[in-house]
Amino acid sequence: MVNDVLNKISLSVQTFRTHRLRSFLTALGIIIGVSTVIAILSLIEGLNRSVAEQIQSIGSDLVFLSKSPIVLAGPQNIEEIANRPDLTPDDALAISELPSVEIAIPDISQRLNKLKYRDKEIANVRIRGTTEKFSSVNNRFIESGRDFTKDDVTHRRSVCAIGSYVAKNLFPDESPVGKELNVRGHRIKIIGVHREKGAFLGQSMDNMLVIPYTFYEKIYPSRGESVFERAFFGYSIDIKPKKGQVERVTDEVRELMRRRHRLPFDKKDDFELGTQQMLMEIYQNITRVGFIAIVAIAAISLVVGGIGIMNIMLVSVAERTREIGIRKAVGASNQNILSQFLVESVFLALVGGVIGILLGLLLAWLISIVSPLKASVSFWMVLLGFGFSAAVGIFFGIYPARRAAGLNPIEALRYE
Amino acid sequence: MTKGRETICRALDIHKTYWRGKVAVQALRGVTLEIRTNDYVSIMGASGSGKSTLIHILSCLDTPTKGEYFLEDKLVSSYTDAELAGARNMFFGFVFQSFSLLPRLTAIDNVALPLVYAGVKKRDRNQRSAEILKKIGLGDRINHRPNEMSGGECQRVAIARALVNTPKVIFADEPTGNLDSKTGSEIMEIFDRIVEEGNTVVMVTHDSNVASHAKKIVSLKDGLIDGE
Repeated sequence: MVNDVLNKISLSVQTFRTHRLRSFLTALGIIIGVSTVIAILSLIEGLNRSVAEQIQSIGSDLVFLSKSPIVLAGPQNIEEIANRPDLTPDDALAISELPSVEIAIPDISQRLNKLKYRDKEIANVRIRGTTEKFSSVNNRFIESGRDFTKDDVTHRRSVCAIGSYVAKNLFPDESPVGKELNVRGHRIKIIGVHREKGAFLGQSMDNMLVIPYTFYEKIYPSRGESVFERAFFGYSIDIKPKKGQVERVTDEVRELMRRRHRLPFDKKDDFELGTQQMLMEIYQNITRVGFIAIVAIAAISLVVGGIGIMNIMLVSVAERTREIGIRKAVGASNQNILSQFLVESVFLALVGGVIGILLGLLLAWLISIVSPLKASVSFWMVLLGFGFSAAVGIFFGIYPARRAAGLNPIEALRYE
Repeated sequence: MTKGRETICRALDIHKTYWRGKVAVQALRGVTLEIRTNDYVSIMGASGSGKSTLIHILSCLDTPTKGEYFLEDKLVSSYTDAELAGARNMFFGFVFQSFSLLPRLTAIDNVALPLVYAGVKKRDRNQRSAEILKKIGLGDRINHRPNEMSGGECQRVAIARALVNTPKVIFADEPTGNLDSKTGSEIMEIFDRIVEEGNTVVMVTHDSNVASHAKKIVSLKDGLIDGE
């Protein structure tokens, strides 16, 4: 049996050698299809990995409580969201006393169009009002100076810790600690600088000002009365669960918040609970579309490649009619002939597949060198490329092979 | 039955009709024939007499439309495709007018072809094929391809291929048809020798010189046996 298969493979190699150019052109469809898929899959995988790392880096296993959903999925009634009760620092306090919760902090923010220091200016700075526990919830570290304290929060002190982007761009040549910034007519003293955090989903995490929420309320006494402002500009609450308690936290927080909002059991939640898992899922939903498009393109190119193989196999069967007749005359059964041609088409497809895999890896590697995209290759991709090309070889090889096997030996022998 | 000469093939009232376009051709119209061990039979007839069709049916390359054909008392019409292939492989060797060697294979690989389908291991295949080629006088041509050999040499390779699986009957369809008369008679000497060694040969020819080598001549006319 093994002997038999080896025999047929060596026959296929022989045919391949005799018709080098033709075989290569035939395999080209598969080569292009497989290499595109491998290249793009490894780039997507690379992207997935770096996003997963980024999501991890915000702080592991955080749970977010907010008035509005993180992402508006489909048509949602903004009016309804705006009319929900606001979340408050008191809610954060109550949540932090739940048994499964380690820390819960209020978190409110606005974007500043401009922030100036002397002749330097930066845009789109996020100003964030929260408590002294912000850093430990978000895995942030103070690189120079100090973080603000509980005392700073209770006494509404006008102090802030700044992100590394702000420090680098407003204070390129000096230490920012001790300097004062001006926000909407309020002077804020810089007491600390955060260590660089990188970007999350393309947004810099370092272009921000972190201040006590009590002081934030002084800068922004009201957040505006438009539906949009009411819906999206309030407090949210960042919750860090105790180890391994993410599931329990969501249940406990939901129960607590429904009680605090006095929701009857038949009413839906008037707040949104999100986890990092959900963030990951949102991201995956976005990439899935791209993924499906690629699979579709790949499928088309593999079908085209497969038709190429079928075509050339039919030519091959016609060319070798006499050979088939001779083989049958000396004792080859239909089964023998069928498997010989099937092995040949699978071999052809696999040669294409292997070249395609190598080419795809090369392509991914080249792209990751010349662009910021990172490629990540997994074994399953190689396996997938291999499996797909084998499947194409079988599927498109079966018809020509059956045609060869079904030839009448007498007619085949007479064929010129 | 004569002792020691058992019947190998028994054809009873064989008919064969095939279609050439829309015209039905009655190639055989009731042929009854028996082949026994160590027979040396020539089937003669003009072209179109049905002699090739007959030999194809006898060698299981084709099946009759009507009539019964027994191989060692087994009815061939009940054979599956795989059994027919097996019969062609184990029971018969076939020598064609046009040699019918695979052009890309060397002499030894061509000879070994039936052994491939018989499932013989490569080493044994090569050994047996080389032996037969040597015996038939082609010991120095083992690794030559058909296009590097003369017609006579090609036909000898084909005979070696027919013999390699020690078949019960060797069929030859105009084995000298593509050869000059000198080479032709060399080939016929080989057939004579094969029969002397105890083999069974059935040959189709329209050349009475060739037919005269046989011990028995069956002449065919219009799909019927005309004389034995």
